[in-house]
Amino acid sequence: MKKTLFDKVWDSHVVKKIENGPDVLFIDRHLIHEVTSPVAFLGLKNRNIEVIYPDRTFATADHNTPTINQHLPVKDPLSANQLQALEDNAKKHNIRYWGLGHEKNGIVHVIGPENGITVPGATIVCGDSHTSTHGAFGAIAFGIGTSEVEMVLASQCIMQPKPKRMRITINGALDKGVTAKDVALFIISQLTTSGATGYFVEYAGDVFENMSMEGRMTVCNLSIEMGARGGMIAPDDKTFDYIKDREFTPKGDAWDKAMAYWETLVTDVDAVFDKEIAFDAATIEPMITYGTNPGMGMGIKNDIPLAEKLEGGVATYKKSLNYMDFAEGDTMIGKPIDFVFLGSCTNGRIEDFRAFASIVKGRKKAAHVTAWLVPGSHRVEEAIKEEGILDLLHEAGFELREPGCSACLAMNEDKIPPGKYAVSTSNRNFEGRQGPGSRTLLASPLVAAAAAITGKVTDPRELMQEELV
Amino acid sequence: MAYDKFDILTSSAVPLPIENVDTDQIIPARFLKATERKGFGDNLFRDWRYNADNTPKNDFVLNNSSYSGKILVGGKNFGSGSSREHAAWAVYDYGFRCVVSSFFADIFRNNCLNIGVLPVQVSADFLQQIFDAIAANPETELKVDLNAQTITLVGTELQENFDINAYKKSNMLNGFDDIDYLLNIKDDIKVFAQTTPL
Ligand code: SF4
Repeated sequence: MKKTLFDKVWDSHVVKKIENGPDVLFIDRHLIHEVTSPVAFLGLKNRNIEVIYPDRTFATADHNTPTINQHLPVKDPLSANQLQALEDNAKKHNIRYWGLGHEKNGIVHVIGPENGITVPGATIVCGDSHTSTHGAFGAIAFGIGTSEVEMVLASQCIMQPKPKRMRITINGALDKGVTAKDVALFIISQLTTSGATGYFVEYAGDVFENMSMEGRMTVCNLSIEMGARGGMIAPDDKTFDYIKDREFTPKGDAWDKAMAYWETLVTDVDAVFDKEIAFDAATIEPMITYGTNPGMGMGIKNDIPLAEKLEGGVATYKKSLNYMDFAEGDTMIGKPIDFVFLGSCTNGRIEDFRAFASIVKGRKKAAHVTAWLVPGSHRVEEAIKEEGILDLLHEAGFELREPGCSACLAMNEDKIPPGKYAVSTSNRNFEGRQGPGSRTLLASPLVAAAAAITGKVTDPRELMQEELV
Repeated sequence: MAYDKFDILTSSAVPLPIENVDTDQIIPARFLKATERKGFGDNLFRDWRYNADNTPKNDFVLNNSSYSGKILVGGKNFGSGSSREHAAWAVYDYGFRCVVSSFFADIFRNNCLNIGVLPVQVSADFLQQIFDAIAANPETELKVDLNAQTITLVGTELQENFDINAYKKSNMLNGFDDIDYLLNIKDDIKVFAQTTPL
């Protein structure tokens, strides 16, 4: 039978099929962090069982960590306690632990690919919904709950019904100033936040083939925001070049053997998807969200849709605009903003900082804007310094913070104050996501940079400097 | 940890007719700092339920004593967003054993099933009938029969069937969880593991 990429990887990891029930799926690599793992370890303790394959689990501290003065003890006692619990649990169970200050520390979905933990054809899970990021390498990767974290620690397996298959194809060329983030926000705006629930998505076509690995990570990262369990892209030479010689990728003969397998990881011609969707690259513009879920996005120059044009859910729509203090028919361009957040596992990698820098270079940050620039990992932080981006940011009036999830979920001190507007490169604009009462506009690093310079929502194409792009 | 068995639940219900209720609303991230599964119910819907000074918001349904019960009825696409199981724990810890909606986000549904909260997906029409019935009489009861896979508006003829896979159903009826199952097939897993190098 002809198989999709997703089928090939999934089927090869099924330990057992349960009739009228889920598949028992073997997990190659498991990432854990401080927030969703402690209760799982407690479960192991209560059952008096060990971690089955400690080598297959990797621990980092990222969700609940400060992004300044990381060398000092963590001030908030609850956060400190959670970080300590992770460190203790990792030590007790012989799990690799890259805590605060460790050179490999960073956001779980940034450090996975950086260290070669993420490889094609693997199954990867983590107690964080944006685990879908790793699908950029042709892996099956998805977020799980804490009970499932416990299952993986105990048995290296989880039990899941096999999702349906969806393919999203985008052919053609993207316009100037249209980034991977815009492609993803565009797709979500078309499908809505529940449009892919129950599916695993494969992205195909020119746009994804031409995209950098980091861009692919951004797209796969956001798969969950349309309800999909995950998204994936077939591995190609770009993928193999990216992972070669990273710490946990196979070496020597093992590499050759792995390559022979990885090269088979494409959807067979004639394989059937449960749903196929196609868009034209030329219709995608730099995007911005105006509401309180990632599906409420539009081309930056458009006006906020009128409620009467909606098919339903008018009350929920109005509640959302009311929270944002926007009105139907408003144009977003020119709306004043207070904060800019560049970071997260969606857009906290080096290319995102390069893009941001390309706009702010030689300009000055708007005086009233507070900007939090948070690298996704120490590696990213180092690259920012080495490439001279840090100097350029300093000249423009920006500071760099230390790595972590930061204002993506605002569990630490990095909270947008009530009522304030933040242009954010992260992934969720839910009510209060970035702090109680915060108002989030999701956008690309280019849009974030343009907003940071002008202090208002601005089309980044007006500020693009030819020699830099 | 095995959980309470679920067979038939008859209870009044708390209505939340809002769509796309995400897990950041169910339990905001700043309340995820615990290292034990305790006390999350106090912060269920925290920012909808309390003002910044911790006084209750009178217009929120959980602060309205007319509504109570073990069943939460939510709008379409309930539980979207983060994978935090804390959201399901908060729902459970508050006292709900069943959530009814016309559509659930994937991970939230899974998390509920894993801790013994039954997600019941009904048609959009039936959901509206439930909301209308509760609006007319807050004491309206729903009867959820897991074995028969039916949900009924008590006192009316209105009833729907709901889906659940046979394995999860038997787990919930018996109070078993997946880990019990996985530990039982550990030998198979170990054999399988040899075929897939790290
Ligand atoms: S940056 Fe945000 S989405 Fe990514 S892992 Fe951290 S909290 Fe999750």
